[in-house]
Amino acid sequence: MEEFQAKNWPYEVKYEKENKIETDVLILGGGIAGCHAAISAIREGVKVVIVEKGATKWSGNGGAGVDHWQAACANPCCKIAPEEMTEAVVKSLYGYECGIKRYIQCVEGYETLLDVEKMGVRIRDERDEFKGAEFRDDHTKLLFAYDYKNRHTIRVWGNNMKPSLFYELKRLGVEIYDRVMTTGLLTESGKRGKKVIGATGINIRTGEFFIFLSRATVIAIPEAERLWDFPEPHAFGKNFHDPNCSGDGLAIAWEAGAALTLMEKTIPTDGNLGYIPYGVGNAHNTWHGCSIIDVEGKEVRWFDRDGREIIYSQRFLPTNGQKFFIDGGSIGDPRELYEVCPPLLDPNLPEHVKNGKYVLPFYADLPSMPEQEQKALFGLMVGNEGRTFILRKVYTEAGFNPEKHLLQVPVLPPEGYRQPPVWWYSVGAPQWRRVGRGGGLVVDWDLKTNLEGLYAAGSIIFGHGDHAGAATSGRYAGRKAARYARSAVYDRINCDQVWDQVKSRKAEIYSFIKRRAGIRWKELNAGISRVMQDFCGVYKHESTLKTGLKLLWKLKEEEIRNAYAPNPHELGRLVECLFLVTVGEIVFHASLARRASSRRLNFFRIDYSDIDPQEWAKFITLRKEDGDVKIGQLPLNYYLSSPYSSYYEVNYRLHCDKEV
Amino acid sequence: MSEETYAIPNDFMWGRPIKIDREKCVKCRRCIEACRRDVLIPDDQDGGTPIVLYPDECWYCGCCVQECERNAISFNYPLPQRIVVIWKERGSEELSYLKLKEKT
Repeated sequence: MEEFQAKNWPYEVKYEKENKIETDVLILGGGIAGCHAAISAIREGVKVVIVEKGATKWSGNGGAGVDHWQAACANPCCKIAPEEMTEAVVKSLYGYECGIKRYIQCVEGYETLLDVEKMGVRIRDERDEFKGAEFRDDHTKLLFAYDYKNRHTIRVWGNNMKPSLFYELKRLGVEIYDRVMTTGLLTESGKRGKKVIGATGINIRTGEFFIFLSRATVIAIPEAERLWDFPEPHAFGKNFHDPNCSGDGLAIAWEAGAALTLMEKTIPTDGNLGYIPYGVGNAHNTWHGCSIIDVEGKEVRWFDRDGREIIYSQRFLPTNGQKFFIDGGSIGDPRELYEVCPPLLDPNLPEHVKNGKYVLPFYADLPSMPEQEQKALFGLMVGNEGRTFILRKVYTEAGFNPEKHLLQVPVLPPEGYRQPPVWWYSVGAPQWRRVGRGGGLVVDWDLKTNLEGLYAAGSIIFGHGDHAGAATSGRYAGRKAARYARSAVYDRINCDQVWDQVKSRKAEIYSFIKRRAGIRWKELNAGISRVMQDFCGVYKHESTLKTGLKLLWKLKEEEIRNAYAPNPHELGRLVECLFLVTVGEIVFHASLARRASSRRLNFFRIDYSDIDPQEWAKFITLRKEDGDVKIGQLPLNYYLSSPYSSYYEVNYRLHCDKEV
Repeated sequence: MSEETYAIPNDFMWGRPIKIDREKCVKCRRCIEACRRDVLIPDDQDGGTPIVLYPDECWYCGCCVQECERNAISFNYPLPQRIVVIWKERGSEELSYLKLKEKT
C-alpha cells in the first residue's frame, strides 16, 4: 500500500526574512529568453542577476529541448532576406504581430545559434549521418527543415540547449537565484508608471523574501497558460506549455503601469482531451511532410496552394511560381497567406472522412519515407524537440520502431482533421481558450516597454513567439539593458523609496501562511478557469464580460483573501493564482475595449457582430494608471511609422547597438 | 474488521509520472534540483532519497530522467494517454499500445 505519510518540510522555512541584492541588470525569468539576455548583458561588463521560479538549468517552455531554429535568414544558405520573411509573417497575421521582434530574429537569429554552438549544442551534421540528403548543405553541414530550397529553418540537436546555456551563465559569473518567484516590480518613489528600479520575490522552498534593486530590468516571463485550461485531474502532462507559465510577468508589469496589447486574442485549446505532444501520428509542425495513410492503406494526397496534387519531394519545395513557403510553429499563420502557403495535406479531409473515402483511423507511415527523411523526423526532430527526448526513449523501450511501425493518428470527429492539423491538440470544447500567440507587452525598437528601465524579451512581447525568437530577442534586450545600465547617471539605489511597496507586498503574501485552514490553490485555479470558460469563451457580450469581471473581483476579494498555504511551495502557487486573476481581468478589459468581432483574432462579440471592420484594424492598448484602466490604440504598423523610419533595416541599424 | 484491507481515499490524480528505484538511487539529488515544478522533495529521514510529493504538477518533461546518472527513474505517461498511442506493422491486424515496461 502506497499511502502517503505526511513529512516534515525538507527545507528550512524563513518566512518574512529579507534579502537585499543590488545589480546592474536584473533578468526576471531564466528560460530561453532570460538566459540569452543574461549572457549578452554580462558580456557588456555589467553585473547580472537572474531570478527564476524553477530551475534555470532546465526550466522554461524551451527548457526540455528544441529541434528547429526558425527564420535564420542570415545563415549562408538562406535565400530569403530578413525584410521578406518579416513582412510575410506579419502579413499572414493580418498585421497583428510584433514586427520588431520578428525582424530582430531574422537578422540576429543565426548569430544567436552560432553562440549556442560554441556552448556545446550540435547544429551541424559533422558525423555525416545525413550525407547526400536533399536538406543538407555539404559545405556547412547544416541541415534544413520545411522549405529545402530556401533554407530558412535549421534542424538542431537542441535537447541539451538549457544545460549548455546554464553552464555558460555559470562560466561568465551571472548570479542565479533559482526557486525564487518574482512577486512584483519596484518603481521609483513607489509610484505606478515610474522608472522600474527592481523587483521583489519569494523563495518557494524556504518562503524568504527578496528585494532586488537594479539599474535596468529585463522581463522574460511568458504568458498565462493556465487561465482557461486548468487540466484537473489529468495533470499537466498533456499541456503543451510549461505549467510554470501563470502570467506572473504580465501581472507584475501591469501593476507597475506597463502597456499591453492584443490581450483579447485567444486561440482554442484542447481542454482535457489532448494527446502526448509530438507523440501521435501527425503531418505538420515537427512532423511536416510525413506520409499519412488510412486503415486500408490508402495514402492521403498532398496539394499545393492552387489545389494541384503534388508528389512526395514537393512537400518540401515551393510550388510553381512561388518564391518560398513557411511552416513550423508560431511563425505566422502561413496558410492564411497565398504567397507563403505551405504544401497541404488534403484540405478536404473532414469531408472525405464523412463520405467514407478514407476509413479511420489514419496512420503516420514512417516506414515508407526515404530513410534520411524518416531519421530526421523521428530521431533528430522527435528526440530533440521539447519533451521528446523522454518520449523517444519511452517509445523505443516499449518496442516502437519507426522503420517498421505505422503510428496511429488520434481518432477525432471529422472536423478535427481540418487544416492546420496538429492532431495531438484534439478538438476542445469551445470554452477552452488560450491567450498564447497573442497578448503581451508593447515594446519599441529598443525592446523597451513604456516604463523607463524595463525591457522585454521572449513571448511576453505581444505577437507570436518561438524558440529562436525568444533566444534572439533575449540577446538583443540584454544588450540594450546593459548599455542603459552602464550609461545611467550613477545614483545610489535607495531602498527607502521602495519601502512602502515592499511592506504592502509582504503583508499580502504572508497573510496566506497565517491561517490554519481555508481554500487551497488548486481549487482556486479551477475556479478562476471556470469564470474564464463561461464568461470569456468563444462568443462574448458586454453583459457577460462585465459579469465575469465582477466574479473575478469577488473571487479575489472573498476567496483568495481567505486562502491558505501550508508551506512555501503552496504559498508560491497561491501567488500564481493572484497573478492569474490579474491576467484574467486584463483579458476582460481588453475584450470589452474591442467593440467589433474579428476572425483574425479569434474574437467574436455577439453585440458587435461585424467581422474585422477596417476601423478596428489596430492594436488596442491597455495600462493601469492610478486605479483606472487606460485604453489606447496604436496603428498596426506603429513600429514603421513616425518617429520611426518606414524601413525595418533603418530602424534596426539605428537601435541595435552593434556593428552591422 | 479486516487487517489486510484498508480504508483509504481514492487516487487524487491519475497516473504515476515518475517512480524512483530506491535500490539504484544514490541520493545525489540531481533530479530534485532539475525539476522546474518542485515535484520532488528530499526525504531527510533517509539521507535525501527523492519523494514524488507533487505528481499532479509534473509536466512530463523528462528532465529528471536525463539528470539521473544511475538510471533510477522510470517514467510513465498516464493510461488515458498511453492507451491511444497505437502502432502496428503494415498489413497486420496486430496492434501495440504504449505499454509500460515496468510493473507498478
